[in-house]
Amino acid sequence: MDTYYHPPDLHKFADMGKGNKELWDKFMSYYSAVFAEGALTEREKALIALGVAHAVQCPYCIDAYSQACLEKGSNTEEMTEAVHVACAIRGGASLIHGVQMRNVTDKLSM
Amino acid sequence: MQDAEKGAQQRSRIAFLSILSWPIPLLKHMGLTLLSRRNPLASTERQLEVLAETKACLPFDERLAAVSLAPLRATGITVFQINVGKLCNQTCRHCHVDAGPDREERMTRETAELCIRALAQTDIPTVDITGGAPELNPNFRWLVEQATALGRHVIDRCNLSVLLLPSQADLAQFLSDQHAEIIASLPYFRPVQTNAQRGDGVHEKSIEALQLLNRVGYGQEGSDLTLNLVHNPVGAFLPAKQEAIEAQFRRELLRHHGIRFNHLYTITNMPISRFLEFLLESGNYEGYMERLANAFNPAAAAGVMCRYTLSIGWDGNLYDCDFNQMLSLPVADQAVRHIRDVTPARLVGLQNRIIVTGNHCYGCTAGAGSSCGGAVTS
Repeated sequence: MDTYYHPPDLHKFADMGKGNKELWDKFMSYYSAVFAEGALTEREKALIALGVAHAVQCPYCIDAYSQACLEKGSNTEEMTEAVHVACAIRGGASLIHGVQMRNVTDKLSM
Repeated sequence: MQDAEKGAQQRSRIAFLSILSWPIPLLKHMGLTLLSRRNPLASTERQLEVLAETKACLPFDERLAAVSLAPLRATGITVFQINVGKLCNQTCRHCHVDAGPDREERMTRETAELCIRALAQTDIPTVDITGGAPELNPNFRWLVEQATALGRHVIDRCNLSVLLLPSQADLAQFLSDQHAEIIASLPYFRPVQTNAQRGDGVHEKSIEALQLLNRVGYGQEGSDLTLNLVHNPVGAFLPAKQEAIEAQFRRELLRHHGIRFNHLYTITNMPISRFLEFLLESGNYEGYMERLANAFNPAAAAGVMCRYTLSIGWDGNLYDCDFNQMLSLPVADQAVRHIRDVTPARLVGLQNRIIVTGNHCYGCTAGAGSSCGGAVTS
């Protein structure tokens, strides 16, 4: 194996059902329900999924949800903004921890 | 070197260099069709080979058999679809006709008369006229008038930009006088996507043409002039849900351009002709065929439009649909191959004929299905 990530592995996701079918079926039933049209549209949910995929840096999810976003009618501009939302929250999450740094330095400093 | 000779050489050098600085679209228009570029895919035999060779899906007929639909049969004929030729003022990258400004195939008056004569012997309610840009055929208006006079509902499949050509200044008025339905291509509500598929500046022209159609009464509330739009994906992926993307188009076109329309139809890109070229060149061919086949929907297969359509080519030959026409796959019935052969008695046979199918048909059966009238299932 020359790399941990293989594009064809995306199509093997269902193999995870082989170890425990009951848990897999429960997960898939929940997963399908999450992405069905609800208070949010399928298109909006796919954009959120794309942003989260970038936050958790999952190449399988990025592959799947880039296509899903296009197939729900989104465009590259909207998808780019969704990635920036993920980026801003990740960056902000680092920065807000700066307050903890300041708390520590304030306590230790004269 | 003589000054005159030197001057001539310099002029020819400047002329050559000036070609290099021509705008890209102008250079592209010198030969965008597969035929003018002598691309092997201009041959329908080559296209059929590529379609048959794919490893991404079961042969379409086997898939149909698995859902008890083989052989696929017509269920009647309610759409008389006339393709008047391949001439077009645009050269869209996904065109299944390989249409363009350099194409010369066009329906003659004689063949148009045969169409109307055959139509008059039937009670087929809808006449759907397509191309190329059908309006550029000199017999287009005669066909619309004759079919309308026979009491048939006439559809013009319009690329929109044709309405702005100086030679077509009265086209919008003509169509509204005839109460023709307009089905207009607009792949997306933003210019980047439309222009990537249809050519630079086409989005802006399309918007201007839609505003013109609204001004003559098309697509307006309370008007009986119907303006429907066609959305097809700008790339190797399936179209969005029809109702969802219709709502997006309605909101965006009204907000930014004040444009109103009746309905939006989603059409899946067929893996033939120039879209097939795009798929092969971009390395998307096998992935796209797999995507189509994985999304095979038996309900969509049962409702495909070839089952209620008769497609007539520019030369009068008969096909099950416009896609089979572009792949040179004629109707299976040897006795009725040309519009001149259509009589009321033979029409009965055509109404339950066996449809000719192939792997390209996966394009019409994927997801919610695809037809000239949009999604097949909801």
